[in-house]
Amino acid sequence: MGKVRKGVEVSIAIADAVAQANVDVIAAYPITPQTHIVEHLSEIVADGELDAEFVPVDSEHSAMSVCCGSAAVGARTFTSTSSQGLALMSEIFFIAAAMRLPMVMALANRSLSSPLSIWNDHSDVMMVRDAGWICVFVENGQETYDNIFCGYRMSEDPNVMLPVAVNLDGFILTHMIEPVEYEDDALIRQYLPEFRMKNALHPDNPVSMGCFGMPEIYTETQMNREVGVKNSYPHIIKAWDEWGKLTGRHYRPIETYRADDAEYCIVTMGSYGETAMEVVDALRAEGEKVGVVKIRLWRPFPLDEFRKTVLGKKHLIVVDRAITFGGQGGPVATELRSALYKKDGAPTIVNYVAGLAGRDVSRKDFRNIILEGKKKAESGDTEGFTLYGLRG
Amino acid sequence: MAKPMDQITWQELEIGAVVVEIGNSTQYETGSWRSERPVVDKEKCIKCMFCWLYCPEGCIHEAEEGHFEADLTYCKGCGICAAECPAKCITMISEEK
Repeated sequence: MGKVRKGVEVSIAIADAVAQANVDVIAAYPITPQTHIVEHLSEIVADGELDAEFVPVDSEHSAMSVCCGSAAVGARTFTSTSSQGLALMSEIFFIAAAMRLPMVMALANRSLSSPLSIWNDHSDVMMVRDAGWICVFVENGQETYDNIFCGYRMSEDPNVMLPVAVNLDGFILTHMIEPVEYEDDALIRQYLPEFRMKNALHPDNPVSMGCFGMPEIYTETQMNREVGVKNSYPHIIKAWDEWGKLTGRHYRPIETYRADDAEYCIVTMGSYGETAMEVVDALRAEGEKVGVVKIRLWRPFPLDEFRKTVLGKKHLIVVDRAITFGGQGGPVATELRSALYKKDGAPTIVNYVAGLAGRDVSRKDFRNIILEGKKKAESGDTEGFTLYGLRG
Repeated sequence: MAKPMDQITWQELEIGAVVVEIGNSTQYETGSWRSERPVVDKEKCIKCMFCWLYCPEGCIHEAEEGHFEADLTYCKGCGICAAECPAKCITMISEEK
């Protein structure tokens, strides 16, 4: 494929990116709103356009199991899921990270049952927050397409060796038709060399993977894992920097919009960043000194970069897309409060949970959240969280 | 030989805790788990190898006289050999005795 800009459904662009990345194995089970991604991939494979094994498994548990097997032999591996599918594969999802098996997942974020809902929020990915996957959030079709390649580059880096989840908002992104700039196959090959895995399963070099760990060794394996996730950070930056050099599209763990001189900021993760930017433009025109802070890299959490970005601001209004029931706020706000605890110049944090199960959060709503959030911050009303738009 | 498990530091582990030394499970002497041991009545043994086949630990081997016995360094005392033996020549004896 040559370089071309086209109007395309984001799910189809993901499938095309996976094909351009020349993956060897795709194992997935269809689930709304991820279905179009793997459906189109199965067409690409069936039409002979991609020489890959497409394994139509019996469940998501099996999908992730197949992915672990294929990654273990050093095959470039892709899967995609959502919500209940992620819940069903969660057992093996943790194992993939623990065994340090490189793969990329397009995670079309969707709420968890019950009540049954097919629509978008972040409760699915937050369920597996602590699994040890690299978690990237994207805002639009172009970022999704780009981050499939960046995901493989990070994942397969011998200094990283971790699975990567590219989180995109279900429906809001998966089913959106947008202009996406496809890159030339030659550029992709240059950016993404053939995957060579150290200690891959091979009869000539037998190794044992996923062994039994006694209390005498388990603690050491977990520290090795923790340091592995933390140490992936500079290599994630490098993967994005090199993509930026080749394409002119740059990514950072924390990105900002009109935040440099802002007195306070709204913090978003995922597609909400785009709406927030529009609303901030309007509020700026009215004289509000507000900006946007967007968390692109959720795991490993970019602690230093986040602190550097927000220390000195008066307030942060954090928009979460999931509830931690019985906890102290949404998962993002809880993380950020912890990151800023007892830091000089730390902004006060006001937390909203909004847009659960795809309930629309319009520009007007963002405006309300920002202005009401500022008032809450100024009056010291900063405990817990507010469920935005709740009736009663 | 690799270090004993309780001496390996986290820095020494392979990525993903992959074990690259082949066959090092022999260093793990599972015989200490045992509360009963299998004792073979050589007169009754018909040398059918069922015990060898069924042993989940793979610790049964052919003895000099042609009958089969367990390596007590690894035998966990599970009793599967005794249960499967068609000649009923294996008895599980308590280690307390």
